[in-house]
Order: sequence, then structure tokens, then C-alpha cells
Amino acid sequence: MSSLEQMYQQVIMDHAREAHGRGLADPGLIQVGESHQVNTTCGDEVTLRVGLDGDRVASLTWEGQGCSISQASVSVLHDLVEDHTLAEAEQAMDAFRDLMQAKGEGPDDDKEDLLGDATAFVGVGKYPARIKCAMLGWMAFKDALIQARKDES
Amino acid sequence: MTLADVRDDFPLLARTVRDGKPLVYLDSGATAQKPRAVLDAEREFNERHNAAVARGAHFLAEEATGLFEAARSEVAAFVGAGAGEIVWAENATAAINIVAAAIGNASAGVGGEESARFRIGPGDEICVTEAEHHANLVPWQQLAVRTGATLRWIPVDDDGRLDLDHLDSVVTERTKVLAFTHASNITGVISPVATLVARAKAVGALTVLDACQSVPHLGVDLAGLDVDFAAFSGHKMLGPTGIGALYGRKELLDALPPAVFGGGAVKTVTMESTTWQEAPMRHEPGTQPVAQAVGMAAAARYLTALGMDDVAAHEREIAAILREGVAEIPGARLLGPAWDAEATDVIGLAAVSIDGVHPHDVGQVLDDRGIAVRVGHHCGQPLHRRLGVTGSTRASAHVYTTTDDARAFVEALATVPSFFGVSA
Repeated sequence: MSSLEQMYQQVIMDHAREAHGRGLADPGLIQVGESHQVNTTCGDEVTLRVGLDGDRVASLTWEGQGCSISQASVSVLHDLVEDHTLAEAEQAMDAFRDLMQAKGEGPDDDKEDLLGDATAFVGVGKYPARIKCAMLGWMAFKDALIQARKDES
Repeated sequence: MTLADVRDDFPLLARTVRDGKPLVYLDSGATAQKPRAVLDAEREFNERHNAAVARGAHFLAEEATGLFEAARSEVAAFVGAGAGEIVWAENATAAINIVAAAIGNASAGVGGEESARFRIGPGDEICVTEAEHHANLVPWQQLAVRTGATLRWIPVDDDGRLDLDHLDSVVTERTKVLAFTHASNITGVISPVATLVARAKAVGALTVLDACQSVPHLGVDLAGLDVDFAAFSGHKMLGPTGIGALYGRKELLDALPPAVFGGGAVKTVTMESTTWQEAPMRHEPGTQPVAQAVGMAAAARYLTALGMDDVAAHEREIAAILREGVAEIPGARLLGPAWDAEATDVIGLAAVSIDGVHPHDVGQVLDDRGIAVRVGHHCGQPLHRRLGVTGSTRASAHVYTTTDDARAFVEALATVPSFFGVSA
């Protein structure tokens, strides 16, 4: 598999074509946070909204436009964290960030189980200019969580 | 000119990228590669002549000052200006900002009566065009915010050419500044400078020309174009980074207050007030990029030796291959006018949008073949928006670009729709 094919694995192409969680929804919850992030290199943007129910990410929806990497990445994020606990979401975020910094090295088996479809983004780590694309939605998620939890004390 | 000989002058072009692929460099619109003559000039200065310019009285200081001013004269001659009409700046963005910030300073009273002619305020208008690079839009937009003046713009048509039907209604007696690009970094369209300057003169507006994409590729005579100010950068004309030039008619530069204040630009300083030197010194506070200026002059010399008419003719040949080639790819849309061998108002570049494929993804496929292009909005968000796309993939040429480079771009681009499963 060439570097290019490794980057654009079928899983990524599929998520880019039919992204999950697209379309901002009102989660009907009290703890809601929203974040708008822009990749200044290309102007790609994502607006992401999370609704928390106790320690659970009850809802993650988003809108955005951008390259296949950025769009597929938010879709994968949606699948990984919606209906999961905050602790699991934090684990996924850490694992994905590590994957981006691994310069194309695949994750170990535990991490691979944790990341699921997100493992397909391994090839992006070889291209520093594209890591920002893959991280765009994750940055929005991180920020939206802070927004959602800022009234907690 | 013999292309092979030219390429040999650029060491970087010989390298490979992405696992041994020969480099196809088509990103000169962003920054150009540098010939040995430029690299050598900079190194020679640093190895033999480096000293503080226009300050010391020792031997080296005199020598460095002489080389620094000779560089200014050479760059000035390259664009048809007098030596006193060239102000060094960090880059073209900084050069445009000098004019905008200085007008802002004049409007706040800096420079007193001498600078009163530059004052603008509520009721006045600053005009740009819809085709501007952010560097020639944002400084004017923000000057309007700062002074209470109103920003207006000349729209472009679907081909990216300025819609001159609106010229007289947009540029009026209220217009104090008309800033416009000489050649678009996205559509490649060359603006009708004479028409715009004539209108500005008729209403008494100052003209500011963004010459970043023209000076490196066409023979440009700024005095002949009769603009008041112009900006261009070193690194796009085969010169070093960290250096650009602001051209201004001497009597204007002498009356324009400084944008940035400091030492070396002043005549008399008391605790209460300061008087400025004449141009260009008043606009060059602090230590200047001297080796870079020497390098930029070497670039001007190099281009002059090639002959700017030959450079322009060569890049037209590349433009034809790029633009005609793109037009034949299903699902590809060329931004700006279709290639017309009769039309001479397009420089050597092609920005393309591929239906259903994001520019970053397009660029990745090209990069995999060793082809370097620009992807994104190229600092021209409003123009992309006007043309109905958020970004594009741009191939841009320079003296060393070969017809094979241009064909490689077109061939690689043609594979993009099927790679992403969006074949038309």
C-alpha cells in the first residue's frame, strides 16, 4: 500500500462520503456545549455540539465543510464517543492524539481496540500538514466539553 | 532562453521528494526558488562586507552602506523607479501596511501640516477590488475601521475580471485611496491599470498597486504605470525572504509620515517632538535586512539578464498548457478566464476546483507524485467566495518551470476524480 493509499483508506473515504452525526441537533439536555473551530490553512470549519447527561456524552452533532480527512475524522469521533462515558471519551482523545503524533506507526492492540475506525487515520501522521485536518473536530469536541462543563463547580 | 541552463542555476530543483520522486515545483506564486547568483550574493555580503549601514564611519560600514544603496538603485531600476522611491520592507505585506498605517498616522495628526494631504476620516472612502489578496484588503479594511472612512470595492465578473461598469460609481470624489492588484494570484488576471489610474486621478485618489504577482513575471515600469505606491516582495522574484519593497513617488514618500517609529529615520529628536528624514530613510527605522536587499538586487539582475520579455513569453507558454489542460478534465473548473491565445491579460498560473474533492485532498494526490502546488484559499477568501468555491488547487510558474512540469500537473489532476470516486 502506498503512503497515499494508506492515508485514504476505504474506511476514511466511506466516513467522508456518509458522515455520522452531521446536522446540529438540540440534545434537549441542560449541559450543552458548542465549539466552532477553523483550520486557518484552508478555511475548513466545524461547529460541534455536545450534550452531557451526567458522566455520559449523550449527544454529539456537528456541521462543517472541509477535506475528506477532516470530515471523516469528525464522523469517526461521533461514533467513538456518543453514548460513551466522559472517561472513555478522554481515553479516545488521548489515543487519537497519540496516533497523530506517531508518524505513521500503527497503535498497539489495546489502542487499536479503543480507536476502532479511527485507526485508519494512522497514515495521516506521516503528513504534518494534514494532522490539523484530522484534529479539527477533536479540538472542537475538547472545547465543547469545556463549554458544557463550565457551569459545574 | 535555454531552459536547461536556467534550471541548472537553481540547486533546489535537482532534489527529490517523497521517496525519490523528482520535484515538480509549481508553487512559485507562493514563493520562488532561488538561483545561485542570489544565494552567492547574500553569502558574499555576509562573508566579506557585513556591517551596520548608514551609521558607522569605519571602512566596512562604508562598504556595506555602498552595497546596500547600490542594491536599492538596482531594484529601483528593475521597476522603472528612482532610488529614492524604493523603501525596504520585510515583505510586500509589510510594504502595503506601511502606506495604510502611515495614512492612519497622518489622519491622527502625525506629521502635522506636511502630512495633512493624507488625512482621511468619516465621509471619505477607501476602494479596493474583490480580487485582492488579503494583504491588500485587510490593511485597508482596518484603516477604514480606524479612521471612520468607508471601504468600498470594485466587483469582479464570473471570469474574475474587474467589472468596470461599476468603476465610476465605486470610485468617486469621496475616494481617497484606490488599492488594487496588478495580477491576481488566483485567476491570474492582469488588471487594466491605465483605466483604474485614470479614474483615480480624475477623482484625486491615491493609487496603491499590489505588484507581487507582476514584478517577478512581467516587465513592470511603475513610473510608466503612473501609480502612486506599489508593493512587491523579494522571495517571489527569485530573491530572499525577509525583504520586500515599497515604491512611492518621491514627493509622496517625503510627505507621508512614518508608519513605524524608531532610530535612523529621524532628523532631530527632543523629549517633546521629532522631525523625520526624507524618504526613503524616514520609512526605514531600525536595522534593515541588508544581506537580503543585496540578494534581492542580485535577483533583479538575474531576471534582467534573462530578459523580462522572454520570461513573460515563457510563462505564457506554461499558462497555455495549464489552462487548456485543465479545461479538458471532466469535473475540473478553472478559476478565471478560459485560455485565449489572443488575450494577454493572464499570468502563468492556473487555480482549479475539482467537483466533490477538497483542495487539500487534490494536493495530496499531486504531492504523492512529487508535484508541489498551493491548496486552499491562497489568502483570497472573498474572491473564492465570489467564484462560488471555498478553495482551489493552484499551479504557478516561474522561469524554471518546464512544459513537462505543466503537463505532469494536468496528468495528475486528471486522476483525482476517479481516486476519490467522484468521476464525472
